[in-house]
Amino acid sequence: MPSLCRDCLTCFETGSRCPSCGGPRVIAHPELMELTIAHMDCDAFYASVEKRDHPELRDRPVIVGGGRRGVVSTACYIARIKGVRSAMPMFQALKLCPEAVVVKGRMEVYVETSRRIRALMEELTPAIEPLSLDEAFLDLTGTARLHGAPPAVMLARLAKRMEEEIGVSGSIGLSHNKFLAKIASDLDKPRGFAVIGRAETADFLRDRPVGMIWGVGQAGQAALNAAGIRTFADLRRWDQKALMTRFGSMGQRLYHLARGEDARRVTRDRAVKSISSETTFSEDTADREILDGHIWRMSEKVSDRAKAQDRAGRVVVLKLKRADFALVTRRHALREPTQMADTIYRAARALHEQLGQPGPWRLLGVGLAEIVPAAKGDLSGDLLDPDSRRRAAAERATDAIRARFGADAIRKGRGLR
Amino acid sequence: MRISIERAQLLRAVSQAQSVVERRNTIPILGNVLIEAEEADVTFRATDLDIEVIDKAAAQVGRAGSTTVSAVTLHEIVRKLPDGALVTLNADPSTDIVTVEAGRSQFQLKTLPKEDFPVMPASQYSSNFSVKAEVLRRLFDKSKFAISTEETRYYLNGVYMHVAESEEGRVLRCVATDGHRLARIDAELPAGAEEMPGVIVPRKTVGELRKLLDDDEADIAVSVSETKVRFATPDVTLTSKVIDGTFPDYTRVIPANNPKRLEVDAKDFARAVDRVATVSSERSRAVKLSMDEDRLILSVNAPDSGAAEEELAVAYGDEKLEIGFNAKYLLEIASQVDRENAVFMFNSSGDPTLMREGSDTSAVYVVMPMRV
Repeated sequence: MPSLCRDCLTCFETGSRCPSCGGPRVIAHPELMELTIAHMDCDAFYASVEKRDHPELRDRPVIVGGGRRGVVSTACYIARIKGVRSAMPMFQALKLCPEAVVVKGRMEVYVETSRRIRALMEELTPAIEPLSLDEAFLDLTGTARLHGAPPAVMLARLAKRMEEEIGVSGSIGLSHNKFLAKIASDLDKPRGFAVIGRAETADFLRDRPVGMIWGVGQAGQAALNAAGIRTFADLRRWDQKALMTRFGSMGQRLYHLARGEDARRVTRDRAVKSISSETTFSEDTADREILDGHIWRMSEKVSDRAKAQDRAGRVVVLKLKRADFALVTRRHALREPTQMADTIYRAARALHEQLGQPGPWRLLGVGLAEIVPAAKGDLSGDLLDPDSRRRAAAERATDAIRARFGADAIRKGRGLR
Repeated sequence: MRISIERAQLLRAVSQAQSVVERRNTIPILGNVLIEAEEADVTFRATDLDIEVIDKAAAQVGRAGSTTVSAVTLHEIVRKLPDGALVTLNADPSTDIVTVEAGRSQFQLKTLPKEDFPVMPASQYSSNFSVKAEVLRRLFDKSKFAISTEETRYYLNGVYMHVAESEEGRVLRCVATDGHRLARIDAELPAGAEEMPGVIVPRKTVGELRKLLDDDEADIAVSVSETKVRFATPDVTLTSKVIDGTFPDYTRVIPANNPKRLEVDAKDFARAVDRVATVSSERSRAVKLSMDEDRLILSVNAPDSGAAEEELAVAYGDEKLEIGFNAKYLLEIASQVDRENAVFMFNSSGDPTLMREGSDTSAVYVVMPMRV
C-alpha cells in the first residue's frame, strides 16, 4: 500500500515504520498518491502562536479570549483536556480549568503568522481557499508534475515546514472533495494527516452523525433529528425530492453530501459573507442610552473593518442576546451597500427601536451582510436625506485624522456612553 | 343567474378583475370575482381588500342573480375563447357550480357563496372633481417610474397626489421618489379639488388606474378622502385605500439654484446613454458625463467587461464638470421628455441634479449622482 513518512517524506510500499529514518509517523492509504483536495487546519492556532512567542507557557493550559464575560476564542490542547472549548463563556472555562493562563488575543500577530502560512501554501498551488486565518482548502489537482511529487507528499512537507519555519502545527485532511477533506482534517488532530479515499467514502460516512456536515448547526441538527435523520445512513434513505420538499435548497445539498458528493470548487476569492462585531456586557443591561453607545461602537468597528478590507455590505444585522442566552437578530436591507459607520449605526439603531423587546441583554452585535467590493457601495447617497452627504464627508475626514494620529485621536460623543 | 355576454365585454371586465385579485392569497374568496346580474346590467367586482374595482358591462340577463368564481380561471377561459363568441354564464343557486358556455365549449367552475365576498364599506369623500383622462395619465405616467419598492419606507411606495403652490399658482401635483430620483409633475387644478387632502396613491392602484385612462377625452370622476381615493368612468369604478403615512417634504430636496446648465436633444441623449451602458453588466451601471464647451462625453468604464465612450454636441457654457449617474435612472428621466430638449441643471458631482423639459417647470425630475 502506498505509504509516506511524514518526518522525512520518504515514499515506500510496505511497513509501519519508515525504512529510511525509522520514524513511526507513517501514513498509508491505497489512494494516498491520487487524492488532490486538501483541508489544512492549524492546531489551536492562536494558543500555538502565544506558546511560540512565550515559551514559558509551553506546558501550561492557555486560553486566548477576552474578559471575565468574554468567550474563549482558542484553548490550547492542555486546556482542552480539561474540557475547555472554543466559544465557551470564559467564566465556565475558568471553572473547568482554574489554573489556565488567559491571554488577550494579539490579532495583528495572528494575521501576520497566517500570512506566512499562506505564503507556504502559495508555493504548492494557486487554488487556495482560506476559510479563516487558520484553515484553508487547497486543490493540488495537476500539480504532481510541477512539484515532482504527488499532493500527499507536498502536503506533508507543508505541515513540516509550518512547524520548522513558522512554529505552529497543523492537521491535514486529504480526500476527493472539500466536504470530506474538511472532515478528514479533524480526524487525527493535532499534527494529523488523515485520508478519506473514494473507495471507503460510503463506509466511512454511514454511521457518522449528520452534525458533521458543515453548516448543519444545532438548529439544523434538530430539524434533521425531527425527520428521524441522525446518521448519514438515515439520510441516504431519503430521495432527493423528499429532502428538497422538507429542507428546501439545503435538501439537495444534503442528498449529495449523504453520498459523499460535493462538487464545490476550491475558489480563491470565496465571497466574504459578513463582517460583524459583538460585545458581551460586563453586566446585563436594558438601558437604551448604554445600548445605543454599544450600537455606535460596534457599528464603528464593523465600519473600520469594512474600510480596511475595502468592502461594503447591503444588509445591516443587529444581534442581541438575552440574559437567558436566547438570541434575537434583525436585518435591514439598505438602499445601497455601505461601509460608513453612520449609515450602519442609523440602520442598527432603527432596528433596535423597532425591536419592541426591552431586554435586559447580555450581548449586542452589529454586522454587515451581503458583502460587495467597496467600489460598489456608497455610490449615490440618499436624495431624501441631504444631511447624509455632510455626515459622510465628516466621517471621511474623521477617518483621515484617525489614520494619521491613531484610532482614539477623534471620537464621537455617543461612543463614550 | 343566467347571462349572455359578448366575449370582448367579458374579457375587459374579467381582465381588470383578475389583475386586482391577490394571486397568492390564503383566503380563497379574495381570488374570486363577484358577478351580479340585474336587468340589463352585469357588474363584476374584485378586491384585494386594499383596492376594489367594479366593472359594469352590458349583457342579456336571462335570470337575475349573483355568484363568485375564480377571477384568474375565468379570465384564462375567456381569453382562450374565439373572438366574437357569445358567452353564457349560468349559475344554479342550488349548486356551487357556474357553467360557462361558448359555442361548443363548456366549462363548469366551482363557486363560493357571494355572502362571503368582502365589499369595501362606502366612504364619505371630502373632495369630488372631474379631470380629463389625458391629464391624469400625464400626472401618473411621468411620475410612476420613481415610485420606491423599499418596504421600510412604505410611504414612498406610491405617488403623492396633492394640491401645491407653484410659480404658476395652485396646481394638482403628483410626486414620486425612491431616494435615488424624484419626479414632480403639475397639472391645472380642477374645479372642486382645492380642498383635496394630499394622498399617497399606492403603486398597484396607479397600475390599475392606468387601464381607465386610455381614452384622452374621457372624464374621470375623482373622489378623495383622508383614507381613500376613487377614480370612476361610466363603466368602471376603482376604489383604493391610500398609504397611511406622511410623504416626506420633497421641496427641500429639489435644487433651486444649480448653476451649470446643459441642454441636449433628449432622444439623442437617451440613445447614447443606452449605447455606452451596454458594455457594463453591473446592476447599477454608472455612466460618466464629462462636459466642456458645448461638448458632452458619455463614458462607461466597467473594469470587468469593457469601456465605451460617445461624444454629443450640446449646449453647455459653464465650467468643466464630470459627474456620474446610474444609466437606468438617466434613461428613465430622459424618456419622460417628449416635446423639447432636455435641460439638466448641475451643481457639483456630489449634488442632486435637476432635469426638465425646455423651460417647462410643470414636470421636473431630480436625480442623485453616483460616484464614478
